[in-house]
Amino acid sequence: MSFLARLALTRTAPFRPPLLAAALLLAALPAAATAQGLTASDLTNMAQEESDGPLRIEITGGQVEAMPIAVAPFFDEGGAGDLAARIQEVVTADLTGTDLFRAIPASAHVAQPQGFDAAVAYPDWRAINAEALIVGAVSAQNGRITAKFRLYDVFSGQPLGDGMQFDADEAGWRRVAHKVADQVYARITGESPYFDSRVVFVSETGPKDARLKRIGIMDYDGANPLWVTDDSALVVSPRFSPDGSQLLYTSFANGLPQVMLMDVATLSAWPLKQDAGTMSFAPRFSPDGRWVVYSREQGGNTDIWQMDVATGAERALTETQAIETSPSYSPDGRRIVFESDQSGSQQIYVMPADGSAEPTRLSFGEGSYGTPAWSPKGDLIAFTRRDGDRFHIGVMRPDGTEEKLLTESFLDEGPTWAPNGRVVMFTRMTPGGDGVSRLHSVDVTGRNMRPLDIEGAASDPDWGPLLP
Amino acid sequence: MNLYRIAAAAVMLAGLAACAAPPPPTAVDPYAGGRYTGAVPPGTLPGGSAEEFRRVAGDTVLFPENDATLDATARATLVRQAAWLKQHGSFSTVIQGHSDEQGTREYNLALGARRASAVQEYLILQGLEPGRIRTSSYGKERPVEVCSTPDCQVRNRRAVTVVAPGAGV
Repeated sequence: MSFLARLALTRTAPFRPPLLAAALLLAALPAAATAQGLTASDLTNMAQEESDGPLRIEITGGQVEAMPIAVAPFFDEGGAGDLAARIQEVVTADLTGTDLFRAIPASAHVAQPQGFDAAVAYPDWRAINAEALIVGAVSAQNGRITAKFRLYDVFSGQPLGDGMQFDADEAGWRRVAHKVADQVYARITGESPYFDSRVVFVSETGPKDARLKRIGIMDYDGANPLWVTDDSALVVSPRFSPDGSQLLYTSFANGLPQVMLMDVATLSAWPLKQDAGTMSFAPRFSPDGRWVVYSREQGGNTDIWQMDVATGAERALTETQAIETSPSYSPDGRRIVFESDQSGSQQIYVMPADGSAEPTRLSFGEGSYGTPAWSPKGDLIAFTRRDGDRFHIGVMRPDGTEEKLLTESFLDEGPTWAPNGRVVMFTRMTPGGDGVSRLHSVDVTGRNMRPLDIEGAASDPDWGPLLP
Repeated sequence: MNLYRIAAAAVMLAGLAACAAPPPPTAVDPYAGGRYTGAVPPGTLPGGSAEEFRRVAGDTVLFPENDATLDATARATLVRQAAWLKQHGSFSTVIQGHSDEQGTREYNLALGARRASAVQEYLILQGLEPGRIRTSSYGKERPVEVCSTPDCQVRNRRAVTVVAPGAGV
């Protein structure tokens, strides 16, 4: 029994049609999820009227000043103990971690709500310039918890959407907090959220010339890391399937790099291809999960191949004498962006997903470009650029224009996108004998660079889907 | 030395054919100006060890940055490797290609494979049986030098010939 199944969410309660932004968001969630877990339901009693109030952060570009918000202490409505405070902390950390929100410290609050369902004294919150107010409550019983929240637009003096309630196993309390924060984020920004998501990555231990590597899955914020391989064989570049139920990764268990496919629920893994003597690496699923593209080496030459996962049938998509690797699908599955050194240095190219036309070169700046990753929104391609002895993470339009570098260091590489296409996570390695790799995230504006708060060294992140 | 340069050209051509198959035993190698008369039968010299191979022949060749070209030093090492392996026919080999750390992980896997293949092709041209030589690539995963200076990076851009008795390396 895997932890993913254990924490999977189910909507078991009757679901009242929501009214506002939440309706759009929830409509996108699968109607039936799996296993035990988290139930979402609306609390409509307090929301008498629709609100399309002015509370909105536009995050399409430019400098944004963080919106001041107040998160009132979450009420313990029975048995919650310190869970109420812990959930409130995670909600606050999710929101302020985006740099789009600034939490007004509780010490500055001039009043407290009288209860979860009490009328809001808007003037008290206007007095401290809070633009939004989050009120929450948590209860726990028999290993299950219930968390609920309401979001208020302080200046227009009305609720922003319905209150919502989530039920889950106590072990899933962080997911509940991420769900609350996702709701708040989506309602205020108008964008899809990303807090309730996971990242698969490689944990690194041991000296630089004998690194031990194992694959882990953690919450997007670095919490709850769990290991899905041991470190007996070198493993690199894990990638989630579109629904997060499977992993592709590259293992050296047989003495050469080979793509493996793992079922996350059972942790059973098997080689993607049966021919044991062939090197294969750099795998990625198509958005519909039907195909895997990967690099395959023959006689020293590396091309991009495509496999039909159901039948195992495979064919070459590139046939050059150059190295082609690091393929990534467009979100509509119709194109593949990849890197090739056919010009003499690594550059980024795009081709139809069936390889039916000549690739088009996208990158033309100084230095070399690699590891392209197509945003799930489709609007940008993130990449690694090397210029001299410096490395950058950057983004460009899918036609190669509007290139923008987001980072710079001794070695940054391998961007992966948050499910909403607003943030990229990548590996940063420091130089020297005691240099280590760590995961960082940065938003597409290039602001808000943050190291991920996890223990030890890590590399090769791949950001999974928003969980249902 | 011209002979080596010519042989290297032949290696590159063989690589361009995207196929590791050696020339058939009766083929004339037009570049070397000599007649290829078939693989040398396995040697019968007793003993031998991986340690001896490293001491006598040298197990490592180095490459320029982002390149899989064998220079004169590398070719001389490979000639010694081939000679030793011909004398010790019971040993099989795996060529492990490596890169420096200055590059992206997946590209470096491909680059290491390119380097390992260049060595493999050259050893085959020296008359070794293709079946004795396998290749692998570790990209930048297994540096031999951990510092990040140019000198260290030079030593990490390498292919290592690992030998072991019998079929299993």
